[in-house]
Amino acid sequence: MATNSRREFIKKSALASGMLLVPNFLHGLDRGGLSLLANSNGKRLVVVQLSGGNDGLNTVVPYQNDLYYKARPTLAIPAREVLTLQNGLGLNPAMEKMRLLYDQGYVSVLNSVGYPDPDRSHFRSMDIWHSASASDEYLSTGWLGRYLDSLSGPSANYAAIEVDDTLSLALKGEHYTGIAVQDVKRFFQATNDQFLKQAAQLHAEEHSHHQVDYLYKTLIDTQQSAGYLQEKTKVYRSKKDYPNGEFARHLKTIAELIASGVESRVYYASLTGFDTHVRQAGQQGNLLRELSEGLYSFVEDLKQQQEFDNTLIMVFSEFGRRVAQNASNGTDHGTANNLFLIGGKLKQAGIYNEGPNLQDLDQGDLRYSIDFRNIYATLLNNWLNGNAAGIIGGKTQLINGLI
Amino acid sequence: MKTLAREQKLQHLYWRAGFGIPFRPDQARSGIKSAVRELLKSSGQAAPLQVALPHSETTGQADAQNADMRQKRQRERQQGFVLLNNAWLQQMATSEAQLREKMTLFWHGHFACRLREPRFALLQHNTLREHALGKFPDLLQAISKDPGMLQFLNNQQNRKQRPNENFARELLELFTLGRGHYTEQDIKEAARAFTGWTYNPQGDFVFRARQHDRGQKTFMGKRGNFSGEEILQMIVENPSTAEFMTSKLYTFFVSEVPNPERIKALSGYFYETGYDISKLLEKIFTAKWFYGPDVVGSKIKSPIELLAGLQRQFEVRYADGRSPLVLQRALGQELFRPPNVSGWAGGRNWIDSSTLAFRLRIGPALLQDAALEVNLKPDDDTEPTAPRQRRQDGIRTVRAKANLSGLQQQMQDVKDREMIEALSQKLLQVPLRPETAALLTQHIPAGATHADKVTLLTLRLLSLPEYQLC
Repeated sequence: MATNSRREFIKKSALASGMLLVPNFLHGLDRGGLSLLANSNGKRLVVVQLSGGNDGLNTVVPYQNDLYYKARPTLAIPAREVLTLQNGLGLNPAMEKMRLLYDQGYVSVLNSVGYPDPDRSHFRSMDIWHSASASDEYLSTGWLGRYLDSLSGPSANYAAIEVDDTLSLALKGEHYTGIAVQDVKRFFQATNDQFLKQAAQLHAEEHSHHQVDYLYKTLIDTQQSAGYLQEKTKVYRSKKDYPNGEFARHLKTIAELIASGVESRVYYASLTGFDTHVRQAGQQGNLLRELSEGLYSFVEDLKQQQEFDNTLIMVFSEFGRRVAQNASNGTDHGTANNLFLIGGKLKQAGIYNEGPNLQDLDQGDLRYSIDFRNIYATLLNNWLNGNAAGIIGGKTQLINGLI
Repeated sequence: MKTLAREQKLQHLYWRAGFGIPFRPDQARSGIKSAVRELLKSSGQAAPLQVALPHSETTGQADAQNADMRQKRQRERQQGFVLLNNAWLQQMATSEAQLREKMTLFWHGHFACRLREPRFALLQHNTLREHALGKFPDLLQAISKDPGMLQFLNNQQNRKQRPNENFARELLELFTLGRGHYTEQDIKEAARAFTGWTYNPQGDFVFRARQHDRGQKTFMGKRGNFSGEEILQMIVENPSTAEFMTSKLYTFFVSEVPNPERIKALSGYFYETGYDISKLLEKIFTAKWFYGPDVVGSKIKSPIELLAGLQRQFEVRYADGRSPLVLQRALGQELFRPPNVSGWAGGRNWIDSSTLAFRLRIGPALLQDAALEVNLKPDDDTEPTAPRQRRQDGIRTVRAKANLSGLQQQMQDVKDREMIEALSQKLLQVPLRPETAALLTQHIPAGATHADKVTLLTLRLLSLPEYQLC
């Protein structure tokens, strides 16, 4: 059924040469006039990934805990430098801007987030976070991709945008996948080959070979999305000042897409370089500053556009690091970690649960108390208007009073 | 049913059993039966992949605490994987033993390990290569004692007092029987049989008798003091293993769409021959249905098939060793770096809007000596660098040179009006639609020389989605 109406649509689009081709997902016709955002109650999710395994203990610092200082003789952050929050926890001194967000009630800190039988390989642990699998289970789709699948109908396609050149597993579904766009203009140029556009249009009308059709369908969707995004974002340019750097530029791109009226409901951006085995303090500080300042500008920008209340930001990393520092003034791969939720309409801002228990470690690593899949389930059900049951495997439990 | 021309059938055979037919002037063309025999014969001998891996005095030291030393080792590992990757890709592109290369690639995705040490990766690769076309039970015994496998699935921690089930679980679920053909208890009992199976730093298998559980075990309904070897033997005696393996091989070599009837017949044959891999493949490649319209051109080339194929047919030479790895990672399949123990998901999983757009640009770019740029996601397991460095480093540029003269020569005597058809038959495994052919005609400049026309058309054909299929 879906395919038929899709083909109908492609046919129409192909005929209307010269007209701006609106990608299916944004095309009202396919969903009887329902817009994408209406589908998620007008809400959108922005996922920020900290790649490399961010050291959570030096991000949200347990500055009243002697065990923390014992485990990290040269790496612990002195209590007087910590930006205090509540319950004996405080932020890394590089996160002043994050504290400003926190003080306005925009931030919720979830401690000891992880999963059973944690994996210490970056790739595998990220794989687990992306696919929302158990650690002995292997899935080839991501949690947000399956969310797109669950929406059913062509409009689910490209409802998720990752600001990058390549697409993360998290956004790949069985039938629908997000799109990766590093830079709207570049994306447009890369897909604007006239010969290929003509070839694709020829193919839109007939179908002979299912695999060929599938590739052309993907190509046409890509060309249309690129054209649409290019056209949409022509008008609006963010006037907000963002800090330098790629990460902030990516957040700015997201803000521009949102403010331009692009109706995607999931956005994805990454900040890389958190694998701090050696001389951690300076590196992590720089990255956390980049993170906080970028997010702060992003929030300010969205507020100005009246879009902040509809937006929820989740910040996570594939794992935390070991409690004890290593011999190179760094930290090695660990397990449970903290996770931030940032939004204008949080039900419970502040420190959501108790800080990590440094007394009861598992061979030097933190034990998790919140399974990340429960957070996903909560975001899907309570924020994106989805149904976690068909998206997140195993038994999930919603986290009450969060959003 | 339309029957394919012999040429077409041979192309199909060589794309599936290898990485395409190189464009050489002296191509003697045989029938399918003798081509299959020739494929098997050329792959008869297993020569190990030879790579001189960099190693300094620090390599092999259990723990390099010194930060500089650590970084040096890290760089050496990274370099090692570049060398391994290049060497294997080169083999795929140039070796006559095409079937062995293809089959080793299959096993690499089946016994999928993501290893830290290039030395261990090479050892494992050569184990797969050696047994690639032999009997599956021999391969299974060998890979189960492979240091990389034991390390990747934590069998060095599998001891009598504290069994680690990781290897046993994947063995049953992913390597042999498949889900639904064993119980949780079977996993526990099998794990006990593999206690004490470990390796030394040189990469030799070591059996630690004191850590081995000699007690009675109940495995798949039988009781005994089973050793690890005996468990492996019992697994292959179970026909479910033949079915599981045949079905996976069918997906890889024939089609993503399973055909229960064909698979059943093949798996019975596989079991009867004592899991003779060569014989099974011969059966597949000589079957009439293998050349049917539901099979030919129905497969989305894996990134490695795409890249090795380009390198084979157009003698692509990259400006540096990193380049092919950049392309592989951008497309989602890097040799020696499978995503997890279940291997690459394959099929339509290769395709999303970014990978497709990139795939369509790769062929033309490489053939035109044009630079390709891509911003890669980091791989912190192999290349942890300082964050600043990382991000300046993020954008990778790929450069290469290629050679179209082989194809040019083959097209020498082809008249202009037959050129599109002739070229598309050589380059594509699915028929080009007449409308697309007409469009191509419009894109050839009138005054172009014969050679330029061949080049231009080749570039266009390689940029079509059809080229992504084999």
